[in-house]
Amino acid sequence: MTDPMTDPMTDPMTGPAPILEVIGLRKRFGALQATDGVSLDLRAGEIHALIGPNGAGKSTLIGQIAGALRPDAGRVLIAGQDVTAMDTAGRARLGLARTFQISALAMEMTVLQNVVLGVAGATRGLWRLWRPALRDAALLDPARAALARTGLTGEAATPVAALSHGQRRRLELALALVLRPRLFVMDEPLAGLGTDGSAAMTRTLDTLRDTAPILLVEHDMDAVFRLADRISVLVEGRIVATGPPDAIRADSHVRRAYLGADGP
Amino acid sequence: MTAGGGRERIVNAGLAALLLAVPLWAHWAGEPFTITLATRAAILALAGVGLNLALGTGGLVSLGHAAFFGLGGYAMGILAYHAQTVTPLPLWDLAGTRSMPVIWLVAVVGGAAVAALVGALSLRSSGVYFIMLTLAFGQMCFYFAVAWPAYGGEDGLSIWVRNGFPGLNTLDPLQFFLLVYAVLVAVIWMMARITASPFGLALAAARQSPARVEAVGGRPFRLRLVAFVISGAVTALAGALFADLNRFVSPSMLNWQTSGELIVIVVLGGVARLFGPVAGAIVLVALEHWLGGISDYWQIALGVALLAVVLFARGGLVGALAGRPVAHD
Repeated sequence: MTDPMTDPMTDPMTGPAPILEVIGLRKRFGALQATDGVSLDLRAGEIHALIGPNGAGKSTLIGQIAGALRPDAGRVLIAGQDVTAMDTAGRARLGLARTFQISALAMEMTVLQNVVLGVAGATRGLWRLWRPALRDAALLDPARAALARTGLTGEAATPVAALSHGQRRRLELALALVLRPRLFVMDEPLAGLGTDGSAAMTRTLDTLRDTAPILLVEHDMDAVFRLADRISVLVEGRIVATGPPDAIRADSHVRRAYLGADGP
Repeated sequence: MTAGGGRERIVNAGLAALLLAVPLWAHWAGEPFTITLATRAAILALAGVGLNLALGTGGLVSLGHAAFFGLGGYAMGILAYHAQTVTPLPLWDLAGTRSMPVIWLVAVVGGAAVAALVGALSLRSSGVYFIMLTLAFGQMCFYFAVAWPAYGGEDGLSIWVRNGFPGLNTLDPLQFFLLVYAVLVAVIWMMARITASPFGLALAAARQSPARVEAVGGRPFRLRLVAFVISGAVTALAGALFADLNRFVSPSMLNWQTSGELIVIVVLGGVARLFGPVAGAIVLVALEHWLGGISDYWQIALGVALLAVVLFARGGLVGALAGRPVAHD
């Protein structure tokens, strides 16, 4: 992490440079303009929520930010570095830690093996072909710490296929934690969790913004309005409003377009 | 291709002991042909171990591994041919050789180089397209060998005397078996290290969830390419030994049926199981010998055995014996 006081990126007039900057992003699939000139940023210490109705283009936008999709136009910058032409792996190495809407985990491997893989990835250790991964303390110690933080210590030896949905969501989080993240990009981390699981995950996310800022896509409006420092509303590929939760709640455009007349 | 749980370790040790005990018994009982059969099983197991890294751990169903197997065979055949005819090699004006270590080195380097080329071109695709591309490359090599008259063409190439290894009499069946067995054990040990390494984890994860590997900063294509190169190099080494066992190499080593046979060995023994190809090769050679002596249609029995494994024992023989359906613990 960079210290904002000594970080050369810091401009005394505007505060610290954003960790993530998205400028004028456009993406078209055939006749559908899925992303229509989106600009947003993510600053240190904040949770920036991205909300919008189904089909608004949230997943397409996340895909372009994470590197899975190439935009037709526009730029993506991580900590001031232009990563528009960089692939997913490269952005991950720069500290973009992504969690998936539908868990993307190695199902036949154990929980610990999955997290050790994450640690090896974060330490550029994927090209070590000789030393057994599960006997390397440099890989095991950070992996165990992440499991402890996500409450999965007891499941270390369990194959992922045998985990509950909620445990898989926590494993996604553990895998993001070991990446030495500069920013989190989370696609519906609360999806499918029960009331209790949702509350626990919300508390975890609340503490996580101190580790790294979070760009959060989430449908659970209670959680979004409780967690977010800023909210951007995406409708038909365009951001129609950005601001603190209170302003978004009061915004008449947003109420009409998305939240409904008697929204939260 | 992890070492597996306690019970799988016992199965592995049992397979290693069986493959060693049979030729030792045959030597004592004066049955050299049985030693040759065991050597054949050990060499096919080695080829299967090579394929298993790509097919099992990497999930890359290659129907072109005969190309590497045959390449190793021709590396042996061509080098030994020029040594026995005392003619220089084409292109380089070097002498041939009868030294197994040199032949092995050529086979491994050649196998790795061709695997790098084939992998770089075919690993961009996946699924059935990958299978078809590897098949096409393999058949290209096959037809090239058939059409190339310099080394026997369709008839193949015979070598008069088995090549030598320092300190051993390789003409002695037991000594040659023990040499092959030592190579097999060394390569299995290497594969155990590789599959348990972070690279091995990433390769297995790329099979199960490529998006996850990318999300932790890995590139599935490069991981698979390196696995394919190691896999091709090991299978080429097995090909050099196979040709030396038979003192003969022909295009049939390059044929797609050989690729299929290698896949059968891996599937029969247990996909992604460290000792799976050892079990598969022992069963294949045993069926081929015993049932082949009874009927020319012995492969029907092989087909039934394969069906039984695919339907009822997805972990192959090793999986069935070790009682654990999933290879990655």
